[in-house]
Amino acid sequence: MRALVWLVVLLVGSVLIYAEGGLPRLGDAHAPPARHVSPRYIERSHTETGTPNFVTAILADYRAYDTLGETTVIFTAGLACVLILRVQLQRPGRGRRP
Amino acid sequence: MKTPFGSLLLDAACRLMVPFILLFALYVVAHGHDSPGGGFQGGTILAATMILMRMVHGQEHLWGLHRLSALRLACAGIALYAGIGLLSVLWQGQYLDYGVLPLPVSTARAHALGILGIEIGVVMAVAGVFVLMFDALTAWGEDD
Repeated sequence: MRALVWLVVLLVGSVLIYAEGGLPRLGDAHAPPARHVSPRYIERSHTETGTPNFVTAILADYRAYDTLGETTVIFTAGLACVLILRVQLQRPGRGRRP
Repeated sequence: MKTPFGSLLLDAACRLMVPFILLFALYVVAHGHDSPGGGFQGGTILAATMILMRMVHGQEHLWGLHRLSALRLACAGIALYAGIGLLSVLWQGQYLDYGVLPLPVSTARAHALGILGIEIGVVMAVAGVFVLMFDALTAWGEDD
């Protein structure tokens, strides 16, 4: 069983290392996302969203659904903190007491 | 938190710093359209102020935000975010497409206002969650 796990890990790892060679280099101006999506954001985000800072325009407008998910992740982290540590949400003296 | 770290020096420093940190949090959120900043950063700075007050003054200065209301604030933030998205669906747009909202401004301005609206939702969620996490971690082992 343990040998099988190692086999799977090594297999997936070697596939990832092999596939890494096909990725565009960081900051490559001729990569597909840099040729289609980025120029559109740079050229039109100001007129379309009225926001000079196009990082904000992408984060909160074009990719707003993604940001909703990120906010939910942070909220889940806070909820998990409360559930794992088992603290009382109500302050003592408020509400019903045992 | 039962044992604050309060002293004369910390008290004075806190008194000087807190208004400016609050103002800076507001600036980071409101100016997020034009400069680096936005909901996550502003919410973290806002939560840092509340955590500073809790560390220096202890339980007397919760600013009305105990654990349950911090959780409520976080829930309200996410509800505000998702609610703005649903509003644009109600006005026959796509989810979170602020351009269709019936505001008396141009489409671009409506987008900017929609961004501000969801940033405020993010601020509420992030600040509420960080205060809640701090309170949960410092209250751990307390038998009240």
